[in-house]
Amino acid sequence: MIETIATPKTSTGKSLRTEEMIVNMGPQHPSTHGVLRLEVVLDGEIVVDVIPHLGYLHRCFEKHCEHMTSYQQVIPYVDRMDYVAAMTNEFAFVVAAEKMLKIEVPERVHYIRIIMAELQRIASHLIAIGTFGIDMGAFTPFLYYFRDREKILELFEMTCGARLLYNYMWIGGLSHDIPPQFVEKTKEFCTDFKKTLKEVNDLLNYNEIFIKRTANVGILPKDLAVNYACSGPMLRGSGVNFDLRRDDPYTLYNKFEWDVIVGKGEMGTVGDVWDRNIVRQREMWESLRIIEQAIAGIPEGDVQKAIPKRIRPVPGDAYGRIEGPRGELGFYIVAEDNVTPYRIKARAPAFVNLSVINEISKGAMLADLVAIIGSIDIVLGEVDR
Amino acid sequence: MENLIAFFSDPIVTTVLLALIPLVFILVYALVTLYGEMKIAAHIQNRLAYMETGWHGVLQPIADMLKLLQKEDIIPESANKFLFILAPYLVFMGTYASFAVIPFSSGFIGSNIDLGIFYLIAASSLVVVGLLMSGWASNNKWSLFGALRSAAQIVSYEIPGVLAILGVVMVLGTMNMQTMSQLQDGGIQNWLIFGGNFPLAQKLALLPFMVILFVIYLLSSMAEVNRTPFDLPEAESELVQGYNTEYSGMKFAIFYLAEYANLFLVSAVVVVMFFGGWSSPFGSFMSGTVWSAFWFIAKGMFFVFLNIWLRWTLPRLRVDQLMYVSWKVLTPFALACIIAVGFIMVM
Repeated sequence: MIETIATPKTSTGKSLRTEEMIVNMGPQHPSTHGVLRLEVVLDGEIVVDVIPHLGYLHRCFEKHCEHMTSYQQVIPYVDRMDYVAAMTNEFAFVVAAEKMLKIEVPERVHYIRIIMAELQRIASHLIAIGTFGIDMGAFTPFLYYFRDREKILELFEMTCGARLLYNYMWIGGLSHDIPPQFVEKTKEFCTDFKKTLKEVNDLLNYNEIFIKRTANVGILPKDLAVNYACSGPMLRGSGVNFDLRRDDPYTLYNKFEWDVIVGKGEMGTVGDVWDRNIVRQREMWESLRIIEQAIAGIPEGDVQKAIPKRIRPVPGDAYGRIEGPRGELGFYIVAEDNVTPYRIKARAPAFVNLSVINEISKGAMLADLVAIIGSIDIVLGEVDR
Repeated sequence: MENLIAFFSDPIVTTVLLALIPLVFILVYALVTLYGEMKIAAHIQNRLAYMETGWHGVLQPIADMLKLLQKEDIIPESANKFLFILAPYLVFMGTYASFAVIPFSSGFIGSNIDLGIFYLIAASSLVVVGLLMSGWASNNKWSLFGALRSAAQIVSYEIPGVLAILGVVMVLGTMNMQTMSQLQDGGIQNWLIFGGNFPLAQKLALLPFMVILFVIYLLSSMAEVNRTPFDLPEAESELVQGYNTEYSGMKFAIFYLAEYANLFLVSAVVVVMFFGGWSSPFGSFMSGTVWSAFWFIAKGMFFVFLNIWLRWTLPRLRVDQLMYVSWKVLTPFALACIIAVGFIMVM
């Protein structure tokens, strides 16, 4: 990221001297979703320039991965990257590793992984929309969503014992098979959750004040989104019909019936904050569709059959990518003749999406800047790694 | 004994004692509302809120207050100490002074002056000075933002608010808040929101305008007390905590107290102007000095509840939208209502 220090402009009119003001938004600001620091140049309430400063949560994830005793040990580290969607990170890593090691996993593992990934996508979107609501001043939808996120966490806890950082997907399989009551509980969740989705649509997404605050704000045009390599709801909100689950299918996603949600600019312009938010909201419906199909057709099998006893790959490299809740999450693994990877590079969607903030928030108001940060849905664990 | 009687009949002592009644009321009310707001918010949000301190956590507001009393009172090094210390008390003073003209019951009003509501508008404007002072003295950019926003907001919203009051004053022909309540006495049909105590034709003509004026005043009062959807001066997601970012301990508590007191104040004005003040909705049934105090506080608390309800339901507006609502929607409507009310009253 560009490390420039902004210089405020001073303008002397005929009688009144005005000055641009530099404000540090973060790292302790309540709406920067963690420890992001934005250096904001303000002309009154109007944002003139935004310079993000990163690295407050840098934990040398990529370097750590080179010093393990096994490839499997990388997975707990991957969990801690995007801590609100840990399951997705594991998924991306095992997809990349299995591609490199050419492991074929049983069909049951594929199904469970898809169910877990979609549940995690819902859980992550719940936080995204909930905190976005808080940014807009609406506190209540956040807690409505947290109630349902709790049910998802209970499903995860039931399966692998952990609620936040799971270490559940292993290279070649899973740490545990799903417990017998899991199928029933998931079905129950799917029916219950639809009610909440409708409720929050009424309370937040179609609320007149909310629409006033978000429509025509922070417009990200199609070409700009593509040029900045945005992905996920950010890209689809701008009207680009692209989803890795459909366009570069990994595991068994091409088996299921579902639609790619694209922002249409119903309330304002295509690519505004409202579009990005509603894409997340509607994606949860699609995730529910996938979960319902997957849970109905889950085959029998041993989930740990294909786990290699010892991983020592032939030197080479592989890039595996999946559609995470925030966008394209990819891992590039370079292997040498050793038990640990030579180099791991993560393509973090939140980091890439954040890079566009300077372009889309110039000329917006300070309150809009908060809306824009919220709509990008950053997780600083992933941005800083 | 005789000394005691002489002491209490001294006019200065009686004035001080009478002045303390609203203060006691504010303190008790603030504790109740603090608890009430947390519980209402929690039940709106599927939570339980306090459950540990006492039965259903009823002692929690007292515990909170004790905590704030014990806290270290930090004054930032580069703050303007004099203004920094003065500001919270000035904010509270503006609100507290306004309580002088609130008719709590048919038998009690702090000061029965003929310019009642005019004085109230003037005294509650002091709050702006205090807020601006706190934002400036904190020497913090977020506080300054909050203070400037609140100054702009409160000054803008005072205009439709005062215009709405003007409409009511034109109908009732008095600014004395006790007289205002008396004029609406005699049952729910005499309240101004239902057209007031007038002949039927005039009553029906007034009714729609009174409803509009009521909505205008309600909205501008919400803006004046910085409640959602108009809580921009302390929008925590944008400005951290607004003008009171740097305040802690007892000074913060005073801000909090002033905010709650202000909330009841504007609710009381709504009640006096449109909902018959202390008058019982059933005419002479359940009326009298004590009952009228009950009705007044009950009606006031209903509007406090309304504010709390809205706060935990709605998102927040943006600065320019806030100004738009004030200048382009509420003010013209208030002016139109005043003209119409004027015609009706002349006819």
